[in-house]
Amino acid sequence: MARIPVQFTLNGQEKAEFIESGATLLNVLRDRMGDTSPKGGCQQGTCGACSVIIDGELRLSCLTLAETCEGATIETAGGLANGSELHPIQQAIVDGFATQCGFCAPGMVMAIKVLLDAKPAPSREDVVEAISGNVCRCTGYEPIIQAVLSVSRSNSQQAV
Amino acid sequence: MEIRSEYFADERPETLHEIGQSRPRDDAPGHVTGKTGFFADRTFPDLLHLKMVRSPHHHALIKSIDTSEAERHPGVIRVITAKDVPHNLYTILILIQVGPEDETVLADKKVSWKGEAVVAVVATSERAAHEAAAKVKVDYEVLPAVFDMEEALKPGAPEVNPHHPGNYYEYDSGDHRKVRYGNIEEGFAMADHILEQTYSSSPIEQAPTETTGCIVAPEGNDRFTCYTNTQAMFFTLDNTSIILEMPGHKLHMVGGTVGGGFGGKVDVIVEPIAILAARLTGKPVSFIYSREEEMQISSPRAAEKIVIRDGVMNDGRLVARKVTGYTDAGAYSRHSPYGAQKGAAHYPGPYTVPNVWIDTYCVYTNRTPSSAMRGFGVTIADFALEVQMDKLARLIDMDPLEFRFINAYRDGDIKAHRQPTEGAALIECMQEASKVANWPVAEKYMAMSSAKREI
Repeated sequence: MARIPVQFTLNGQEKAEFIESGATLLNVLRDRMGDTSPKGGCQQGTCGACSVIIDGELRLSCLTLAETCEGATIETAGGLANGSELHPIQQAIVDGFATQCGFCAPGMVMAIKVLLDAKPAPSREDVVEAISGNVCRCTGYEPIIQAVLSVSRSNSQQAV
Repeated sequence: MEIRSEYFADERPETLHEIGQSRPRDDAPGHVTGKTGFFADRTFPDLLHLKMVRSPHHHALIKSIDTSEAERHPGVIRVITAKDVPHNLYTILILIQVGPEDETVLADKKVSWKGEAVVAVVATSERAAHEAAAKVKVDYEVLPAVFDMEEALKPGAPEVNPHHPGNYYEYDSGDHRKVRYGNIEEGFAMADHILEQTYSSSPIEQAPTETTGCIVAPEGNDRFTCYTNTQAMFFTLDNTSIILEMPGHKLHMVGGTVGGGFGGKVDVIVEPIAILAARLTGKPVSFIYSREEEMQISSPRAAEKIVIRDGVMNDGRLVARKVTGYTDAGAYSRHSPYGAQKGAAHYPGPYTVPNVWIDTYCVYTNRTPSSAMRGFGVTIADFALEVQMDKLARLIDMDPLEFRFINAYRDGDIKAHRQPTEGAALIECMQEASKVANWPVAEKYMAMSSAKREI
């Protein structure tokens, strides 16, 4: 099958790969670039486990063709921590017992990042809306919501 | 977190070290950074993909299977049918002597539920495997099917599974599990009121976010490493050993973090056929359920029907409880005979009743095989029991919580299945619940104890 070149920035690193036309970004990230932080939970855009940030927007990598990402800036949960220091969102989820099996966590983290980047002090309704595309079958969502609100409180304290 | 140390104060030391403390989860940093390794987070350069051809019928004879066109499809490496499976008949709990073997890995003579596995197609890409699976031709003769447990138990009903004549599981006690305690007829005769109610539940899918699957890599010496998200590593190892007629040391099962299971990954379904595919092709093979397969094919919690007939006195004492429970196993046993048996032991619930009669049936129908899910066998039983308790309290115009205090089991009470009650804490939990929920009960109930009866 004919292969096409694609280049993009993944978590701050330049990446170049020859891919099959029609390959999803999820599969290219996981199988070709070794970033297995996005998960394939449904492969049909309904569970959110594959969520990544493309040029600042939350996107489902299982429904995104890799060839459409030419020149894009892509962020995944795998690149969020600063070395061994967790991002505040990641730390809040750890502290708040807001992950159990862990399968939805990388996608959930990205959905939360997009929310807090745009709105550092969101309402509870904003949080619910922001994570409404990310299925979690373990926590019942409340610990996740509380974790996000704790980050937002910490943000507003820093602002003062 | 709070510990109510006033309860059972004399049963433990003053100082608790770990209990009552919040501890961070060791695995959480891996989860939030995406570093936690799930079984599918592995790549193999020559990985093959397995797709299953499944029955489109609820019940049908297989007249013939033609795989020739599928075998010629570009990218197809191997097509696997029943004759390729060394021991093509199994049941998971044979390991603890709960037989008989009643389920094929790949169907050969007939299918008994819509979605049953018939032919496995192994190809170089998922797409090629999908396309080739659509080219497998299976000629079926459709049979009448039965979906209702009571219909299935009637004489002349379609026989779902030839290993279970009469469509029920044959326990050593006969066609159902029995618990007999006291004299049920005397209990009903003395009762001020009798209430009989029927409770029904639907199958429930566990729906984990990570679908069921495994990846198998040959080690080159007829030994295979199987990376799996099973919840039951040793069930998987031992059943695979039986099915493939291979000693356990040839099968290297590697588990790890499971992306949600809730009982849905306790069955042994994907590993034996994926290991067989790796053995037949000499290449690593991936068999991962699609979301549709996870929802439609993986075994759910069983549907149940529960008939509860209770005798109660005006003063609140339960004096007779008769329960008839039906567990819908679907077409094959898996864990359902065990679940139905657990139900028999669980009734009459956390209450002391002097006269008890329990019958539980494990019934076969042409529905998706049911199996484990979070407390299966007792969860639906508890739903039915507690709804019944509320109705009984209403019937005698009593507060539902006080009604439960009157009947709550205490240490030393003999349960219907003859085990003495030990370590009961229902009274204390209800006392605390009464306070937390601001649902006051009479002082005499707040003075009760699980450790001893009053007077």
